[in-house]
Amino acid sequence: MTLEPADRVDAVPPSGIRRFFELAEEMDDIISLGVGEPDFSAPWAAREAAITSLERGQTSYTANKGKRELRERISRYESAQHDLDYDPDNEMVVTAGASEGLDLAFRALLNPGDKLAVAQPCYVSYVPGATFASVDVVDVPTRVEDEFKLTRDVLEASGAAEADALVYCYPNNPTGATMTGEELREVAAFCREHDLAVFADEIYADLTYEHEHTSIATLPGMRERTVVFNGFSKAFAMTGFRLGYAMGPEDAITAMNRIHQYTMLSAPTTAQYAAIEALDNCLDEVQEMTAQYDRRRNYVLSRFEDMGLSCFPASGAFYAFPECPWDDAGEFAEALLQEEKVAVVPGTAFGEGGAGHLRVSYATGLDDLKTAMNRIESFVS
Amino acid sequence: MSSPREILDLLEENARYTAEDLAHMTEFTESEVEDILAELEESGVIRGYQAVVNWDALETDGERVRATVELNVALDRETNYGDIADRIAKFPEVTSLRLVSGDYDFDLTVEGDSMREVSHFISDKIAPIPEITQTVTHYIMESYKEQGMEFDDHDDDDRLSVSP
Repeated sequence: MTLEPADRVDAVPPSGIRRFFELAEEMDDIISLGVGEPDFSAPWAAREAAITSLERGQTSYTANKGKRELRERISRYESAQHDLDYDPDNEMVVTAGASEGLDLAFRALLNPGDKLAVAQPCYVSYVPGATFASVDVVDVPTRVEDEFKLTRDVLEASGAAEADALVYCYPNNPTGATMTGEELREVAAFCREHDLAVFADEIYADLTYEHEHTSIATLPGMRERTVVFNGFSKAFAMTGFRLGYAMGPEDAITAMNRIHQYTMLSAPTTAQYAAIEALDNCLDEVQEMTAQYDRRRNYVLSRFEDMGLSCFPASGAFYAFPECPWDDAGEFAEALLQEEKVAVVPGTAFGEGGAGHLRVSYATGLDDLKTAMNRIESFVS
Repeated sequence: MSSPREILDLLEENARYTAEDLAHMTEFTESEVEDILAELEESGVIRGYQAVVNWDALETDGERVRATVELNVALDRETNYGDIADRIAKFPEVTSLRLVSGDYDFDLTVEGDSMREVSHFISDKIAPIPEITQTVTHYIMESYKEQGMEFDDHDDDDRLSVSP
């Protein structure tokens, strides 16, 4: 026995972002539009609640599923905000980020050899997560002409009907695409017809700018086959607290919690205190941050239009996903970094569906955003 | 969906946004933004555009002394708060003047080049106004936040330069 990586670990290539990250880290004075987290710090009240909990010595484990006070608040919040109705005792588990929740779902609810349809382009963890769970991936590439929404057409064309489950993220990272309740209906119908479970990553749910977010779990016949993932990282700007949650039918949550209780025990305690405060007192700040993202979104889309860079009207998260004017988006991003010191991420880092595009994050102050847009404009002209 | 209110919010955040910047961030065109600004200035909604200055950070002798002054006044049949305010507000040394609820009536901010100058101004110009019954002066020793801006926030961008 040697300490060689296991086959399923070896099968996962290094992150497509990694090389680019190393390149960017070596350079000084770059403006990065390559960041997948808010530029705001967590709301002060939440930070202060974390500090206070530490002063009081509240540093023990919590219940496996998370503090009940927190689960109650999450339950009320999700009900008020997204029409979701989950019992804080049996239908919810607080996780170390939404990413842990997804990993739990893949391992607890799928068997080795099961098929997971993955809507692409997508967050970098889905495909490796499936591989770690020995689950086979069915790529479901969404299309720019559909504004990167999931449609019955792309689901059918990709063979998703044969899959056991579907995972997607709307509002989407990396495209900034969102889906309305009406658009989700055909996805829901497809999943019911072909008996797919749904893992709905709704981490950006509160960051939509054109319409309210609809959760697929609110559509008829979907609650019983859906696990919803959300957390405090994006809308509450609390990425480093590592706090998310998963909501679903009792049996699914019980299975996920069975892994969680042995591998994580409980999500970070300090973060749970911060999250309680965030839900009690920080919603105004969430609204203010959302308003700022919306202005920046308008700014970025409008600048792209002026410089002739084709970009569909991204309506959620904090990303725009313009078409790359060069054939090779990786080469373009590298040259843009070297020559203009602006970092963007080539779409291929998020799966083949992202080819030919660039992920441009507008989680950056407007002054830097303006400078970066000027540099991109001079680079492409 | 865009409204003049949105332009005001943006200018309150940064008064140096150009009409072009504002047009990019809202649904207005550049010339519509210019018209809105002209209208807001004309009607007195926008009273001016000023920098938020941390004078302590200026390492020359340009230091400014500031004091907040609590004023109590006695009104009579002929004199109301507005009359007194008019007299006080005219002095260029007074940078802000507010009628407040509570233990005293007016709250004013006075600026000068030295403590001596500020003290003289209050004893020579403000205190002698007949309706004023009491003044309490507080010199500002250090400013940590002005107009919503923290002078020494430690919120440096410590994010990884590229992340998923």
